[in-house]
Amino acid sequence: MKTPNKKIKKELTIEQKINRRNFISFSAFTVFAVGVFEGWRWLYKSPTETAGITGEAHRPLRKALNKTEIFFRRLVFNENHLVKTYPKEMAAKRVRYNSDIGIEAKKKFDPATWKLHVIKKGGEILQVSIDELKALPKTEIVYDFKCVEGWDQIQHWAGVKFSDFVKHYQLDDYAKMEYVGMETPDKAYYVGIDMPSAMHPQTLLAYEVNDKPVPLDHGAPLRLIIPVKYGIKNLKRIGTITFSNTRPRDYWAEEGYDYYSGL
Amino acid sequence: MKTIKEKHSLAMRWCHWVNFPILTIMIWSGMLIYWANDIYSVTIFGHTFVKFFPDWFYHTLHIPQRLAEGMAFHFLFMWFFTLNGIFYILYTVISGEWRELLPKRNSFKEAWLVLLHDLHIRKTAPPQNKYNAAQRVAYTSIIIMGIGSVITGLAIYKPVQFYYLTWLCGGYHLARIFHFALTIGYVLFFVIHIVQVILAGWKNFSSVISGFEVVNEKPKPAIRTVNDDENAK
Repeated sequence: MKTPNKKIKKELTIEQKINRRNFISFSAFTVFAVGVFEGWRWLYKSPTETAGITGEAHRPLRKALNKTEIFFRRLVFNENHLVKTYPKEMAAKRVRYNSDIGIEAKKKFDPATWKLHVIKKGGEILQVSIDELKALPKTEIVYDFKCVEGWDQIQHWAGVKFSDFVKHYQLDDYAKMEYVGMETPDKAYYVGIDMPSAMHPQTLLAYEVNDKPVPLDHGAPLRLIIPVKYGIKNLKRIGTITFSNTRPRDYWAEEGYDYYSGL
Repeated sequence: MKTIKEKHSLAMRWCHWVNFPILTIMIWSGMLIYWANDIYSVTIFGHTFVKFFPDWFYHTLHIPQRLAEGMAFHFLFMWFFTLNGIFYILYTVISGEWRELLPKRNSFKEAWLVLLHDLHIRKTAPPQNKYNAAQRVAYTSIIIMGIGSVITGLAIYKPVQFYYLTWLCGGYHLARIFHFALTIGYVLFFVIHIVQVILAGWKNFSSVISGFEVVNEKPKPAIRTVNDDENAK
Protein backbone atom coordinates (compact mmCIF):
# COMPACT_ATOMS: atom_id res chain seq x y z
CA MET A 1 0.00 0.00 0.00
CA LYS A 2 1.15 3.47 -0.78
CA THR A 3 2.02 5.68 2.04
CA PRO A 4 0.10 8.96 2.16
CA ASN A 5 3.41 10.73 2.49
CA LYS A 6 4.22 10.48 -1.22
CA LYS A 7 6.06 13.72 -1.52
CA ILE A 8 9.06 12.62 0.41
CA LYS A 9 11.23 10.97 -2.23
CA LYS A 10 13.85 8.51 -1.36
CA GLU A 11 17.15 9.50 -2.77
CA LEU A 12 17.99 7.37 -5.77
CA THR A 13 20.85 4.97 -5.61
CA ILE A 14 23.76 5.48 -8.00
CA GLU A 15 22.57 2.53 -10.04
CA GLN A 16 19.09 4.07 -10.34
CA LYS A 17 20.53 7.43 -11.31
CA ILE A 18 22.64 5.87 -14.04
CA ASN A 19 19.73 3.90 -15.44
CA ARG A 20 17.45 6.86 -15.32
CA ARG A 21 19.82 9.22 -17.10
CA ASN A 22 20.68 6.61 -19.69
CA PHE A 23 17.01 5.96 -20.33
CA ILE A 24 16.21 9.66 -20.78
CA SER A 25 19.20 10.50 -22.95
CA PHE A 26 19.00 7.44 -25.19
CA SER A 27 15.26 7.92 -25.62
CA ALA A 28 15.80 11.55 -26.54
CA PHE A 29 18.55 10.52 -28.94
CA THR A 30 16.28 7.97 -30.60
CA VAL A 31 13.50 10.53 -30.96
CA PHE A 32 16.03 12.95 -32.44
CA ALA A 33 17.37 10.38 -34.90
CA VAL A 34 13.90 9.35 -36.03
CA GLY A 35 12.95 13.02 -36.34
CA VAL A 36 15.97 13.74 -38.51
CA PHE A 37 15.26 10.74 -40.69
CA GLU A 38 11.56 11.55 -41.10
CA GLY A 39 12.27 15.24 -41.65
CA TRP A 40 14.77 14.41 -44.34
CA ARG A 41 12.38 11.97 -46.00
CA TRP A 42 9.67 14.60 -45.99
CA LEU A 43 11.94 17.18 -47.62
CA TYR A 44 13.46 14.76 -50.11
CA LYS A 45 10.05 13.54 -51.21
CA SER A 46 8.40 16.97 -51.05
CA PRO A 47 6.43 17.78 -54.20
CA THR A 48 7.90 19.67 -57.11
CA GLU A 49 6.61 23.22 -57.42
CA THR A 50 3.89 23.99 -59.93
CA ALA A 51 5.55 24.92 -63.20
CA GLY A 52 5.37 28.65 -63.78
CA ILE A 53 7.98 31.36 -63.79
CA THR A 54 10.08 28.93 -61.80
CA GLY A 55 9.84 25.17 -61.94
CA GLU A 56 11.37 21.77 -61.24
CA ALA A 57 12.52 22.52 -57.68
CA HIS A 58 11.16 20.95 -54.51
CA ARG A 59 8.54 23.36 -53.21
CA PRO A 60 10.19 24.06 -49.81
CA LEU A 61 13.59 24.45 -51.45
CA ARG A 62 12.28 27.02 -53.93
CA LYS A 63 10.81 28.95 -51.03
CA ALA A 64 14.18 28.82 -49.29
CA LEU A 65 16.02 29.98 -52.43
CA ASN A 66 13.74 33.00 -52.78
CA LYS A 67 13.91 33.88 -49.08
CA THR A 68 17.68 33.54 -49.04
CA GLU A 69 17.93 35.83 -52.05
CA ILE A 70 15.84 38.46 -50.26
CA PHE A 71 17.93 38.11 -47.14
CA PHE A 72 21.23 38.61 -48.92
CA ARG A 73 19.84 41.41 -51.03
CA ARG A 74 18.72 43.34 -47.95
CA LEU A 75 21.89 42.59 -46.07
CA VAL A 76 24.65 43.12 -48.60
CA PHE A 77 23.35 43.95 -52.05
CA ASN A 78 24.89 47.18 -53.14
CA GLU A 79 25.01 48.51 -56.67
CA ASN A 80 28.29 50.17 -55.86
CA HIS A 81 29.89 46.78 -55.45
CA LEU A 82 31.74 46.37 -58.70
CA VAL A 83 32.91 43.13 -60.22
CA LYS A 84 36.68 42.83 -60.09
CA THR A 85 38.34 43.75 -63.36
CA TYR A 86 41.65 42.61 -64.83
CA PRO A 87 44.23 43.93 -67.29
CA LYS A 88 43.46 43.09 -70.91
CA GLU A 89 46.46 40.77 -71.25
CA MET A 90 44.88 38.37 -68.79
CA ALA A 91 41.79 37.81 -70.93
CA ALA A 92 41.40 34.37 -72.51
CA LYS A 93 42.18 34.26 -76.22
CA ARG A 94 39.75 31.41 -76.76
CA VAL A 95 36.54 32.33 -75.03
CA ARG A 96 34.83 29.29 -73.62
CA TYR A 97 31.71 28.23 -75.46
CA ASN A 98 29.17 26.27 -73.47
CA SER A 99 25.69 26.29 -74.94
CA ASP A 100 23.77 27.04 -78.12
CA ILE A 101 20.22 27.09 -76.77
CA GLY A 102 18.43 29.91 -78.59
CA ILE A 103 21.11 30.25 -81.27
CA GLU A 104 20.92 26.77 -82.77
CA ALA A 105 19.71 28.01 -86.14
CA LYS A 106 23.10 29.50 -86.92
CA LYS A 107 22.95 29.11 -90.65
CA LYS A 108 19.50 30.54 -91.09
CA PHE A 109 20.37 33.58 -89.04
CA ASP A 110 21.89 36.61 -90.70
CA PRO A 111 23.25 39.17 -88.26
CA ALA A 112 23.14 41.83 -90.99
CA THR A 113 19.34 41.85 -91.04
CA TRP A 114 19.10 41.77 -87.27
CA LYS A 115 17.48 44.54 -85.26
CA LEU A 116 16.97 44.80 -81.53
CA HIS A 117 13.29 45.07 -80.61
CA VAL A 118 12.34 46.93 -77.46
CA ILE A 119 8.68 46.34 -76.63
CA LYS A 120 7.14 49.52 -75.24
CA LYS A 121 3.77 50.30 -73.74
CA GLY A 122 0.79 49.90 -76.04
CA GLY A 123 2.63 47.47 -78.27
CA GLU A 124 4.91 50.11 -79.73
CA ILE A 125 8.21 48.58 -80.80
CA LEU A 126 11.49 50.45 -80.77
CA GLN A 127 13.86 49.01 -83.36
CA VAL A 128 17.58 49.55 -83.01
CA SER A 129 20.26 48.42 -85.46
CA ILE A 130 23.73 47.29 -84.47
CA ASP A 131 25.27 50.40 -86.06
CA GLU A 132 23.06 52.65 -83.98
CA LEU A 133 24.21 50.79 -80.88
CA LYS A 134 27.84 51.08 -81.91
CA ALA A 135 27.40 54.86 -82.19
CA LEU A 136 26.65 55.03 -78.45
CA PRO A 137 29.47 55.34 -75.88
CA LYS A 138 31.46 52.11 -75.82
CA THR A 139 32.36 50.44 -72.54
CA GLU A 140 34.91 47.66 -72.17
CA ILE A 141 35.24 45.16 -69.40
CA VAL A 142 37.75 42.44 -68.57
CA TYR A 143 36.36 40.32 -65.78
CA ASP A 144 36.04 36.79 -64.49
CA PHE A 145 33.01 35.22 -66.20
CA LYS A 146 31.40 32.70 -63.85
CA CYS A 147 29.36 29.75 -64.95
CA VAL A 148 26.81 28.14 -62.66
CA GLU A 149 28.56 24.83 -63.41
CA GLY A 150 31.55 26.07 -61.45
CA TRP A 151 34.09 27.15 -64.06
CA ASP A 152 35.27 30.70 -64.52
CA GLN A 153 37.31 32.48 -67.18
CA ILE A 154 38.70 35.98 -67.55
CA GLN A 155 37.10 37.46 -70.65
CA HIS A 156 37.22 40.76 -72.50
CA TRP A 157 33.91 42.16 -73.74
CA ALA A 158 32.82 45.53 -75.09
CA GLY A 159 29.51 47.17 -75.85
CA VAL A 160 26.96 49.65 -74.60
CA LYS A 161 26.18 49.90 -70.94
CA PHE A 162 22.56 48.91 -70.49
CA SER A 163 22.06 52.05 -68.38
CA ASP A 164 23.49 54.21 -71.21
CA PHE A 165 21.16 52.48 -73.63
CA VAL A 166 18.17 53.22 -71.38
CA LYS A 167 19.19 56.86 -71.06
CA HIS A 168 19.79 57.39 -74.75
CA TYR A 169 16.46 55.90 -75.83
CA GLN A 170 14.62 57.68 -73.02
CA LEU A 171 13.45 54.47 -71.41
CA ASP A 172 13.85 55.93 -67.91
CA ASP A 173 10.20 55.35 -67.04
CA TYR A 174 10.57 51.73 -68.05
CA ALA A 175 13.69 51.43 -65.91
CA LYS A 176 11.55 52.29 -62.90
CA MET A 177 9.85 48.94 -63.30
CA GLU A 178 11.17 45.93 -61.44
CA TYR A 179 12.34 43.57 -64.16
CA VAL A 180 13.82 43.38 -67.63
CA GLY A 181 13.07 40.40 -69.84
CA MET A 182 15.26 39.40 -72.78
CA GLU A 183 14.62 36.72 -75.38
CA THR A 184 16.44 35.30 -78.39
CA PRO A 185 14.82 35.92 -81.81
CA ASP A 186 13.63 32.28 -81.91
CA LYS A 187 12.26 32.62 -78.33
CA ALA A 188 14.05 29.42 -77.35
CA TYR A 189 16.16 31.09 -74.67
CA TYR A 190 14.98 33.80 -72.34
CA VAL A 191 16.05 35.47 -69.12
CA GLY A 192 14.53 37.69 -66.48
CA ILE A 193 16.74 40.23 -64.74
CA ASP A 194 15.93 42.35 -61.72
CA MET A 195 16.27 46.05 -62.54
CA PRO A 196 19.11 46.88 -60.11
CA SER A 197 21.26 44.20 -61.76
CA ALA A 198 20.30 45.32 -65.27
CA MET A 199 21.16 48.94 -64.43
CA HIS A 200 24.42 47.95 -62.72
CA PRO A 201 27.26 50.02 -64.23
CA GLN A 202 29.00 46.87 -65.54
CA THR A 203 26.02 45.40 -67.36
CA LEU A 204 26.62 45.58 -71.12
CA LEU A 205 24.80 44.98 -74.37
CA ALA A 206 27.96 43.52 -75.84
CA TYR A 207 28.89 43.47 -79.52
CA GLU A 208 32.62 42.83 -79.23
CA VAL A 209 34.78 40.18 -77.65
CA ASN A 210 38.59 40.48 -77.69
CA ASP A 211 38.20 43.62 -79.85
CA LYS A 212 36.36 41.70 -82.59
CA PRO A 213 32.66 41.46 -83.36
CA VAL A 214 30.93 38.80 -81.27
CA PRO A 215 30.97 35.54 -83.30
CA LEU A 216 27.81 33.50 -83.90
CA ASP A 217 28.70 30.97 -81.19
CA HIS A 218 28.78 33.71 -78.61
CA GLY A 219 25.57 35.36 -79.69
CA ALA A 220 26.25 37.61 -82.70
CA PRO A 221 25.53 40.38 -83.17
CA LEU A 222 24.49 41.42 -79.64
CA ARG A 223 24.48 39.57 -76.36
CA LEU A 224 24.00 40.40 -72.74
CA ILE A 225 27.06 40.57 -70.50
CA ILE A 226 25.94 40.88 -66.91
CA PRO A 227 28.91 40.28 -64.60
CA VAL A 228 26.79 40.36 -61.42
CA LYS A 229 25.02 37.18 -62.54
CA TYR A 230 26.00 33.63 -63.47
CA GLY A 231 26.56 32.88 -67.16
CA ILE A 232 23.06 31.43 -67.51
CA LYS A 233 21.69 34.98 -67.35
CA ASN A 234 24.07 36.27 -70.05
CA LEU A 235 21.68 35.76 -72.94
CA LYS A 236 23.22 35.33 -76.39
CA ARG A 237 21.73 37.00 -79.48
CA ILE A 238 19.24 39.38 -77.92
CA GLY A 239 16.06 39.59 -79.99
CA THR A 240 13.60 41.43 -77.78
CA ILE A 241 13.74 43.43 -74.57
CA THR A 242 10.69 43.87 -72.37
CA PHE A 243 10.03 45.62 -69.07
CA SER A 244 7.63 44.50 -66.37
CA ASN A 245 6.82 44.57 -62.69
CA THR A 246 6.45 40.82 -62.52
CA ARG A 247 9.22 38.33 -63.10
CA PRO A 248 9.66 37.62 -66.82
CA ARG A 249 10.03 33.99 -67.85
CA ASP A 250 13.50 32.57 -67.41
CA TYR A 251 14.87 29.46 -69.08
CA TRP A 252 16.93 28.03 -66.25
CA ALA A 253 14.59 29.14 -63.46
CA GLU A 254 12.05 26.84 -65.11
CA GLU A 255 14.63 24.06 -64.86
CA GLY A 256 15.05 24.31 -61.10
CA TYR A 257 17.74 26.98 -60.81
CA ASP A 258 17.53 30.03 -58.60
CA TYR A 259 15.61 32.78 -60.41
CA TYR A 260 18.07 35.50 -59.45
CA SER A 261 21.36 33.61 -59.79
CA GLY A 262 23.17 36.72 -58.61
CA LEU A 263 26.78 36.90 -57.58
CA MET B 1 32.15 2.05 -5.99
CA LYS B 2 30.45 3.37 -9.09
CA THR B 3 30.13 7.09 -9.53
CA ILE B 4 28.78 9.35 -12.25
CA LYS B 5 31.43 11.48 -13.88
CA GLU B 6 30.03 14.37 -15.90
CA LYS B 7 31.72 14.48 -19.28
CA HIS B 8 29.89 16.27 -22.09
CA SER B 9 27.52 19.19 -21.68
CA LEU B 10 24.11 19.08 -23.29
CA ALA B 11 25.02 21.94 -25.64
CA MET B 12 28.10 20.10 -26.88
CA ARG B 13 26.13 16.92 -27.50
CA TRP B 14 23.37 18.85 -29.25
CA CYS B 15 25.81 20.63 -31.58
CA HIS B 16 27.65 17.41 -32.33
CA TRP B 17 24.60 15.37 -33.28
CA VAL B 18 22.87 18.20 -35.13
CA ASN B 19 26.01 18.84 -37.13
CA PHE B 20 26.31 15.23 -38.23
CA PRO B 21 23.25 15.06 -40.54
CA ILE B 22 23.74 18.68 -41.67
CA LEU B 23 27.33 18.11 -42.70
CA THR B 24 26.35 14.89 -44.45
CA ILE B 25 23.73 16.75 -46.47
CA MET B 26 26.16 19.59 -47.21
CA ILE B 27 28.80 17.15 -48.49
CA TRP B 28 26.27 15.23 -50.57
CA SER B 29 24.68 18.34 -52.11
CA GLY B 30 28.18 19.75 -52.58
CA MET B 31 29.02 16.70 -54.70
CA LEU B 32 25.92 17.28 -56.82
CA ILE B 33 27.27 20.78 -57.49
CA TYR B 34 30.89 19.74 -57.95
CA TRP B 35 29.94 17.15 -60.59
CA ALA B 36 29.02 19.94 -63.04
CA ASN B 37 32.67 20.99 -63.21
CA ASP B 38 34.63 18.09 -61.74
CA ILE B 39 38.13 19.15 -62.61
CA TYR B 40 40.08 18.46 -59.43
CA SER B 41 42.58 15.67 -59.00
CA VAL B 42 45.79 14.92 -57.19
CA THR B 43 48.36 14.99 -59.98
CA ILE B 44 52.08 14.96 -59.34
CA PHE B 45 54.54 15.10 -62.25
CA GLY B 46 51.82 14.30 -64.73
CA HIS B 47 50.66 11.20 -62.90
CA THR B 48 47.11 11.37 -61.58
CA PHE B 49 46.85 9.59 -58.25
CA VAL B 50 43.27 10.45 -57.38
CA LYS B 51 40.58 11.83 -59.66
CA PHE B 52 37.68 13.55 -57.96
CA PHE B 53 35.62 11.55 -58.70
CA PRO B 54 35.66 8.36 -60.74
CA ASP B 55 32.56 7.42 -62.75
CA TRP B 56 31.67 4.42 -60.62
CA PHE B 57 31.58 6.72 -57.60
CA TYR B 58 29.18 9.16 -59.27
CA HIS B 59 26.90 6.42 -60.50
CA THR B 60 26.79 4.52 -57.24
CA LEU B 61 25.66 7.69 -55.46
CA HIS B 62 23.37 8.92 -58.27
CA ILE B 63 25.20 12.20 -58.55
CA PRO B 64 25.16 13.14 -62.27
CA GLN B 65 22.80 15.78 -63.71
CA ARG B 66 21.59 17.19 -60.41
CA LEU B 67 23.30 20.59 -60.22
CA ALA B 68 20.14 22.68 -59.67
CA GLU B 69 18.89 20.30 -56.98
CA GLY B 70 22.29 20.30 -55.30
CA MET B 71 22.40 24.08 -55.20
CA ALA B 72 18.90 24.28 -53.75
CA PHE B 73 19.77 21.86 -50.94
CA HIS B 74 23.18 23.44 -50.34
CA PHE B 75 21.79 26.97 -50.01
CA LEU B 76 19.18 25.87 -47.50
CA PHE B 77 21.36 23.70 -45.28
CA MET B 78 24.19 26.24 -45.25
CA TRP B 79 22.00 28.19 -42.83
CA PHE B 80 21.76 25.33 -40.33
CA PHE B 81 25.45 24.49 -40.69
CA THR B 82 26.46 28.09 -40.00
CA LEU B 83 23.98 28.75 -37.19
CA ASN B 84 24.87 25.51 -35.42
CA GLY B 85 28.54 26.42 -35.72
CA ILE B 86 28.03 29.94 -34.36
CA PHE B 87 25.99 28.55 -31.47
CA TYR B 88 28.73 26.03 -30.65
CA ILE B 89 31.52 28.60 -30.73
CA LEU B 90 29.56 31.08 -28.59
CA TYR B 91 28.70 28.33 -26.12
CA THR B 92 32.30 27.12 -25.90
CA VAL B 93 33.58 30.63 -25.29
CA ILE B 94 30.94 31.66 -22.74
CA SER B 95 30.91 28.40 -20.79
CA GLY B 96 34.69 28.31 -20.56
CA GLU B 97 34.83 24.89 -22.20
CA TRP B 98 37.32 26.33 -24.64
CA ARG B 99 39.93 25.76 -21.95
CA GLU B 100 39.63 22.02 -22.51
CA LEU B 101 39.60 22.41 -26.29
CA LEU B 102 42.17 24.96 -27.39
CA PRO B 103 45.64 23.54 -27.89
CA LYS B 104 48.12 24.61 -25.23
CA ARG B 105 51.65 25.66 -25.94
CA ASN B 106 52.93 22.09 -25.66
CA SER B 107 49.92 20.45 -27.34
CA PHE B 108 51.43 20.36 -30.82
CA LYS B 109 54.50 18.55 -29.54
CA GLU B 110 52.46 16.30 -27.29
CA ALA B 111 50.06 15.45 -30.10
CA TRP B 112 52.91 13.52 -31.75
CA LEU B 113 53.46 11.54 -28.57
CA VAL B 114 49.75 10.75 -28.47
CA LEU B 115 49.90 9.63 -32.08
CA LEU B 116 52.92 7.40 -31.39
CA HIS B 117 51.09 5.95 -28.40
CA ASP B 118 47.93 5.31 -30.41
CA LEU B 119 49.97 3.56 -33.07
CA HIS B 120 51.48 1.37 -30.35
CA ILE B 121 54.96 2.71 -31.00
CA ARG B 122 55.24 4.41 -27.64
CA LYS B 123 54.12 2.82 -24.40
CA THR B 124 52.98 5.83 -22.42
CA ALA B 125 50.70 8.66 -23.38
CA PRO B 126 51.22 12.16 -21.98
CA PRO B 127 48.95 13.04 -19.05
CA GLN B 128 45.73 14.73 -20.06
CA ASN B 129 42.56 16.35 -18.84
CA LYS B 130 39.25 15.84 -20.65
CA TYR B 131 40.96 15.75 -24.04
CA ASN B 132 44.48 14.76 -24.97
CA ALA B 133 46.79 16.98 -27.00
CA ALA B 134 45.90 15.34 -30.30
CA GLN B 135 42.21 15.79 -29.58
CA ARG B 136 42.75 19.44 -28.70
CA VAL B 137 44.50 20.01 -32.01
CA ALA B 138 41.88 18.03 -33.95
CA TYR B 139 38.77 19.53 -32.34
CA THR B 140 40.09 23.05 -32.72
CA SER B 141 41.18 22.46 -36.32
CA ILE B 142 37.77 21.15 -37.29
CA ILE B 143 36.15 24.35 -35.99
CA ILE B 144 38.63 26.48 -37.91
CA MET B 145 37.89 24.35 -40.98
CA GLY B 146 34.18 24.98 -40.43
CA ILE B 147 34.77 28.72 -40.35
CA GLY B 148 36.90 28.26 -43.47
CA SER B 149 34.07 26.47 -45.25
CA VAL B 150 31.64 29.28 -44.44
CA ILE B 151 34.06 31.96 -45.62
CA THR B 152 35.16 30.19 -48.81
CA GLY B 153 31.54 29.23 -49.39
CA LEU B 154 30.31 32.81 -49.17
CA ALA B 155 33.24 33.87 -51.36
CA ILE B 156 32.04 31.64 -54.21
CA TYR B 157 28.32 32.09 -53.47
CA LYS B 158 28.32 35.91 -53.77
CA PRO B 159 31.77 36.90 -55.07
CA VAL B 160 30.58 40.38 -56.06
CA GLN B 161 28.70 41.27 -52.91
CA PHE B 162 31.27 39.60 -50.61
CA TYR B 163 34.21 40.74 -52.72
CA TYR B 164 36.32 41.20 -49.59
CA LEU B 165 35.88 37.53 -48.66
CA THR B 166 36.73 36.47 -52.21
CA TRP B 167 39.84 38.64 -52.00
CA LEU B 168 40.70 37.07 -48.66
CA CYS B 169 40.49 33.61 -50.24
CA GLY B 170 42.83 34.60 -53.05
CA GLY B 171 40.10 35.04 -55.65
CA TYR B 172 37.11 33.10 -56.91
CA HIS B 173 39.03 30.30 -58.55
CA LEU B 174 41.16 29.56 -55.50
CA ALA B 175 38.20 29.91 -53.13
CA ARG B 176 36.42 27.05 -54.93
CA ILE B 177 39.53 24.88 -54.58
CA PHE B 178 39.80 25.64 -50.84
CA HIS B 179 36.10 24.96 -50.37
CA PHE B 180 36.55 21.57 -52.00
CA ALA B 181 39.77 20.75 -50.15
CA LEU B 182 38.13 21.51 -46.80
CA THR B 183 35.39 19.03 -47.62
CA ILE B 184 37.96 16.34 -48.35
CA GLY B 185 39.44 17.32 -44.97
CA TYR B 186 36.10 16.61 -43.25
CA VAL B 187 35.93 13.20 -44.82
CA LEU B 188 39.46 12.36 -43.63
CA PHE B 189 38.60 13.69 -40.17
CA PHE B 190 35.46 11.56 -40.17
CA VAL B 191 37.39 8.38 -41.01
CA ILE B 192 39.96 8.91 -38.23
CA HIS B 193 37.22 10.01 -35.83
CA ILE B 194 35.22 6.82 -36.41
CA VAL B 195 38.28 4.60 -35.98
CA GLN B 196 39.13 6.36 -32.72
CA VAL B 197 35.56 6.11 -31.45
CA ILE B 198 35.50 2.37 -32.17
CA LEU B 199 38.85 1.89 -30.44
CA ALA B 200 37.75 3.97 -27.44
CA GLY B 201 34.78 1.70 -26.94
CA TRP B 202 31.13 1.87 -25.99
CA LYS B 203 31.54 3.73 -22.70
CA ASN B 204 33.18 6.63 -24.46
CA PHE B 205 30.63 6.66 -27.30
CA SER B 206 27.72 6.44 -24.91
CA SER B 207 28.94 9.50 -23.02
CA VAL B 208 28.43 11.65 -26.13
CA ILE B 209 24.75 10.72 -25.93
CA SER B 210 24.21 10.61 -22.16
CA GLY B 211 26.76 13.19 -21.11
CA PHE B 212 28.33 11.13 -18.37
CA GLU B 213 30.60 8.19 -17.82
CA VAL B 214 30.42 5.67 -15.03
CA VAL B 215 33.69 5.32 -13.23
CA ASN B 216 34.67 2.85 -10.59
CA GLU B 217 36.32 4.67 -7.76
CA LYS B 218 37.93 3.00 -4.85
CA PRO B 219 36.11 4.16 -1.75
CA LYS B 220 38.18 6.74 0.06
CA PRO B 221 38.80 6.15 3.68
CA ALA B 222 36.71 8.35 5.89
CA ILE B 223 39.66 9.36 7.96
CA ARG B 224 42.98 10.02 6.36
CA THR B 225 45.80 8.57 8.28
CA VAL B 226 48.79 10.74 8.70
CA ASN B 227 51.09 7.86 9.20
CA ASP B 228 53.27 7.67 6.10
CA ASP B 229 54.18 4.06 6.68
CA GLU B 230 50.53 3.18 6.72
CA ASN B 231 49.93 5.00 3.43
CA ALA B 232 52.85 3.34 1.77
CA LYS B 233 51.21 -0.05 2.03
